[in-house]
Amino acid sequence: MRARVFVTLKPSVFDPQGTAVNDALHTLGYTSVKDVRQGKYFELEIDANTADEARSIAGDAAHKLLANPVIESYRIEIETNAAATAPVGH
Amino acid sequence: MKFAVVVFPGSNCDHDAYYAAQHVLGQQAELIWHKDTDLRGADVVVLPGGFAHGDYLRTGAIARFSPIMQQVAAFADAGGPVLGICNGFQILLEAGMLPGAMLRNKSLHFHCEHVHVRVEQTDTPFTLTCAPGQLLKIPVAHGEGNYYAEPDVIARLEANRQVIFRYVTAHGEVADQANPNGSVNNIAGICNQRRNVVGLMPHPERACELAVGSADGLVLFESAVKAVSERAFAAAR
Repeated sequence: MRARVFVTLKPSVFDPQGTAVNDALHTLGYTSVKDVRQGKYFELEIDANTADEARSIAGDAAHKLLANPVIESYRIEIETNAAATAPVGH
Repeated sequence: MKFAVVVFPGSNCDHDAYYAAQHVLGQQAELIWHKDTDLRGADVVVLPGGFAHGDYLRTGAIARFSPIMQQVAAFADAGGPVLGICNGFQILLEAGMLPGAMLRNKSLHFHCEHVHVRVEQTDTPFTLTCAPGQLLKIPVAHGEGNYYAEPDVIARLEANRQVIFRYVTAHGEVADQANPNGSVNNIAGICNQRRNVVGLMPHPERACELAVGSADGLVLFESAVKAVSERAFAAAR
């Protein structure tokens, strides 16, 4: 089973990297982009019997290691359908 | 007395700290690999600067799970003096031994320069021999030293006098232009509530002899020697 973990800085935390990317996009002419927040994305292959079990394991991992709860929050998506885990795009 | 300097894969200021303790101060010092599980009778523990585990994931995030960190936490719980320098400070934050977290420098630049810090409090094992308000000229070298904590945590740190070092001008004034990384309230270093665990971003171990531009950092190591010899801060055994 695959867990997708999205880690982002909390809204109250300044994101210097996102701001730099936002500035670069403006330089490229994408002036309609108003803000960029940069985060991290993890794919965890988990040996679990149920989606709830996988979500619980991914949640523990995110809380203890993948995210720093002082500055970051995280969101988890579980994919149980094998076909849905194929790479998207291209 | 004995300094233990923990060596993580990617530490690169471990020998500077060892040199300061062993050769400049003439104390005993020992390098201890992060996978060891014994601090070998150390009186002071130093977590040195560098890039432990390549700074992968977040600075200090993986190092905090090194086997030796359980011993470091137990040593701190027993009252022993622990100093985290730069990456060592980041590890103490990730381990929850000090409050807050580090963000990327506000300017996004890696800052490598001498700065001035003001000693805000002298009742820690690493500032014991400082004069209150003493200015230290010591180098910083980091890309992620932008200290952050929620406003209520900052208020508590200030109220409890846990801010130990602040970035200031050469005249000792707190100012934005003296702040190399965007840290809240110009915070350069803090301690825990018990005051035996101290972390700072600047590198005192790189400023222990005039030949390298400044010997102002030596006072932190001298303070530790005094703290231990007078039993002001020592691990209960």
